[in-house]
Amino acid sequence: MSAVRRAAGYVGATVVLLVGWWALALAVGSPALPGPVVALTAFVTVWPQLWPETLVSLARVLVAMALGTALAVPTGLALGRSARADAVFAPLVFLTYPVPKVVFLPVLLVLLGLGNAPKIALIGMIVFFQILVTARDAAKAVPHASVLSVRSLGASRWQVARHVVVPAALPEIFTALRIGTGTAIAVLFLAESIAGSNGIGWYIVDAWGRIDYPSMFAGILAMALLGVVLYELLDALEARVTRWRSAGR
Amino acid sequence: MVSLAFHNVSLTYEGSGRAVRALDALTLEVMPGEPVAVIGPSGCGKSTMLLLAAGLLTPSEGHVEVGGAQVVGVRRATALILQDYGLLPWKTVADNAGLGLELRGVSRDERRTLVAEALERVGIADFARAYPGELSGGMRQRLALARAVALDADLLLMDEPLSALDALTREDLQDVLLGLWQRRGHTAVLVTHSIEEAVYLGRRIVVLSPRPGRLSAVVDNPAMGTAGYRSSPAFYERCAQLRGLLAGEGAVHPGTAPEIPVRAES
Repeated sequence: MSAVRRAAGYVGATVVLLVGWWALALAVGSPALPGPVVALTAFVTVWPQLWPETLVSLARVLVAMALGTALAVPTGLALGRSARADAVFAPLVFLTYPVPKVVFLPVLLVLLGLGNAPKIALIGMIVFFQILVTARDAAKAVPHASVLSVRSLGASRWQVARHVVVPAALPEIFTALRIGTGTAIAVLFLAESIAGSNGIGWYIVDAWGRIDYPSMFAGILAMALLGVVLYELLDALEARVTRWRSAGR
Repeated sequence: MVSLAFHNVSLTYEGSGRAVRALDALTLEVMPGEPVAVIGPSGCGKSTMLLLAAGLLTPSEGHVEVGGAQVVGVRRATALILQDYGLLPWKTVADNAGLGLELRGVSRDERRTLVAEALERVGIADFARAYPGELSGGMRQRLALARAVALDADLLLMDEPLSALDALTREDLQDVLLGLWQRRGHTAVLVTHSIEEAVYLGRRIVVLSPRPGRLSAVVDNPAMGTAGYRSSPAFYERCAQLRGLLAGEGAVHPGTAPEIPVRAES
């Protein structure tokens, strides 16, 4: 898809959203759901106070996702390629994977305080498990012929990992990351709104407490923007590192 | 060029719950620079033979020698070409062709020269920057060959390399294989399901029995490689002889020509 078509798609979707929002606000008629004009005006007005909070939130998500991914990818790929390691650790993963990590927020707050650490730890943990399970399955699904052919060329275990396993798993890891982005931002909101004194989550709840609904909505818009930016970043990164997938199509 | 020898080689592996004997006391010698075709029913251990020769499997009994030395692991100048070409979709044509060199630590500059030559040799030099997904089946097969050429392999082990191609491309690639061999003089073992291909590309044709794979017959094919062989009466006679031998192994039924190519499960 060309950049122009992509931009046109975003503009079209934005128009549809704005009209729907406007109609909904009109129908509800409550100050808690201001229309787009009020909210966007507020967004512009409060931007000087809002952008530092947005940066704080963005940094938290980015660091958490990077940490979670950096730990999960090698672990998951190793589990997927080593039957022995898998036999030991897979049951552990499958027991802990379905536990909603967000319930550990109170524990993390007690242990790590009210700053960045508990938020990053919580989001990192969630991303870690999502990527771990995906990377493991992707590594298991690597075609045997690819491994054989590279081994027949004299590749060591590490070279097989570098030339075959990692690139073969990349598309699935990116899919998991994209799905993880949504979860990460939702958890970020929760963590920031429950504890701490900065970030968009805090800003939204603070405005809510002051019954400043236009500012609250500006915060919601900032949160949405954060999601779109992260998603686009991942998309651009994926297109770059998995160039072969778009070639000739 | 090197010789390849199987001395009384057997291989048994653990299947699902029971031991499977894939090869049984196989003894075979391939002379330096000799092209040998191996044919036999599905599951007769043909692919196993190649993996043993490539050093990717170890025999349960007996031993395999390349150039007089026992095969104990992967050997530098042996190239293995698999049914689905073993190409990596995430590497460009040039990077795929140069992968063997890269793994062996050959410098980038030297690699570039050797890869360019190899791609030229198999006729896909114009596609150096494309990805395998953009190539036709025939061109992908040429790429797999280019990898072996770039490595300067003296022993080519090919596991049904052309089985996924349509008939015309297949004949075209058979000529490429023949041309490469005539120019380079490498030792070659070609595993195939196609009687015509075995006769066209094998100076000797080895017939294996159904599992456990055992040497059932060796057919001499001295006219292989002569001009116009494919359309000569001698070619058809040899094919008929081979078909008869295979019918004896229960691989084909006599009188069912023309042969239907079978896709193998490896």
